[in-house]
Amino acid sequence: MPTPLVVSDVAKSFTMHLRDGIKLPVIAGVSFSIKAGECTVLGGPSGAGKSSILKMLYGNYAVDEGQIIVSHEGGLIDLANASPRTVLAVRRQTIGYVSQFLRTVPRVSALDVVAEPLVERGEDREAARGKARALLSQLNLPEKLWALPPATFSGGEQQRVNIARGFITEHPILLLDEPTASLDATNRDVVIELIAAKKAAGVALLGIFHDHDVREAVADRIIDVTAFAPGKLAA
Amino acid sequence: MTDEPLLRVSALSKFYGSRVGCDNVSFDLWPGEVLAVVGESGSGKTTLLNCLSTRLLPSSGTASYRMRDGQFRELYRMSEAERRFLMRTDWGFVHQNPADGLRMTVSAGANVGERLMAVGDRHYGKIRATAVDWLSRVEIEQDRIDDEPRAFSGGMRQRLQIARNLVTGPRLVFMDEPTGGLDVSVQARLLDLLRGLVTDLGLAAIVVTHDLAVARLLSQRMMVMKDGRVVESGLTDRVLDDPRAPYTQLLVSSILQV
Repeated sequence: MPTPLVVSDVAKSFTMHLRDGIKLPVIAGVSFSIKAGECTVLGGPSGAGKSSILKMLYGNYAVDEGQIIVSHEGGLIDLANASPRTVLAVRRQTIGYVSQFLRTVPRVSALDVVAEPLVERGEDREAARGKARALLSQLNLPEKLWALPPATFSGGEQQRVNIARGFITEHPILLLDEPTASLDATNRDVVIELIAAKKAAGVALLGIFHDHDVREAVADRIIDVTAFAPGKLAA
Repeated sequence: MTDEPLLRVSALSKFYGSRVGCDNVSFDLWPGEVLAVVGESGSGKTTLLNCLSTRLLPSSGTASYRMRDGQFRELYRMSEAERRFLMRTDWGFVHQNPADGLRMTVSAGANVGERLMAVGDRHYGKIRATAVDWLSRVEIEQDRIDDEPRAFSGGMRQRLQIARNLVTGPRLVFMDEPTGGLDVSVQARLLDLLRGLVTDLGLAAIVVTHDLAVARLLSQRMMVMKDGRVVESGLTDRVLDDPRAPYTQLLVSSILQV
């Protein structure tokens, strides 16, 4: 089985054209790979570029240099240079992502927000809603909220909708950007269980967890992102 | 899913005398894809849309469209009659002002039915049943079917225009500021409706808008235009979250946060 994701020599900076074109280097020389059935954790203080790495792997940030090789439908694709259409196909079939914040759409119910990724992958809408119900109840989201659009939910409620949406599919790679940040202890434990189940199913996970207990519980390996600080490249 | 695009656009330019409408625009559009074209007034986005929909002929460049038989046809070499047929059947055009896309003095039902008759439907009962079905899909009450759109609110008119365009099962829909001029709450409802219809029907669409939130909600891909040229293009969330071109950065940083 090929390595699901290999990152080599990736660099990223932001050029702020509105501020006289100053260049803000974020990260450089990023190289690592993740394994199926393992949860790899990106460690390091805020601002070290952890989220930027996840966003590049999801095609949400452009990549300045380097390669991101992902195993997609039996072939290998360099996400750093892939066309938008290819990135969309990779998101549909191969890489799932739980972002920090839920981007809500007016008038779409929480249940359908969660079921949507499955429907996009061609699953029957009712079957997808069934799985969405199971996940939302596992995450203790009160049933009376399921039919409502999540825009007015609390932070923790929105995050659980977001987690359910990310975990509902069977993507072989799953990126997690602080999925437990605004959850109580009970729900944190549910997320730890969900992650364990994904590992058992052979999913390669890559996440950011500021919560020490969660990190201890899920991490197989920690990559210190400060090693990729721009300017440290020489070694 | 097919591996061939629905529309191939290559080096399309339109000049109005010495003034640039749009300059050297190229892209491919695949079935089921929604492409947003953003930019401020005068950026050339509407000129581009009008060229693509053959309402306007470009000064140079080509656009070829994959017909239902799988053959690509060069749009600007078709006869006027062929282009009109395409416009009536396989394409839709949603105007910013519904009055431009509707017949204001015939009933709502007839506005929808007319497009069906244009593709050869003749059975009155069937046409009326389809019209009723489409009005309900765009959330217009059945008892309004015999009313003229003159008696409708702006939001209802826009929903009627959408029904009129989609009733023939087009594969490509052009939209020019489809939510422009509507109240915010009406806009949200229309966006949600459009988003659902586009997904359910697997439509390809080219949406011109100056509203980045509309682009974010509706499109997967985005082109940013300035002075007739494409200054940046890519995945919609990539362009909005990591804008690279100076002009895109200016646009994104000008969004008002609520």
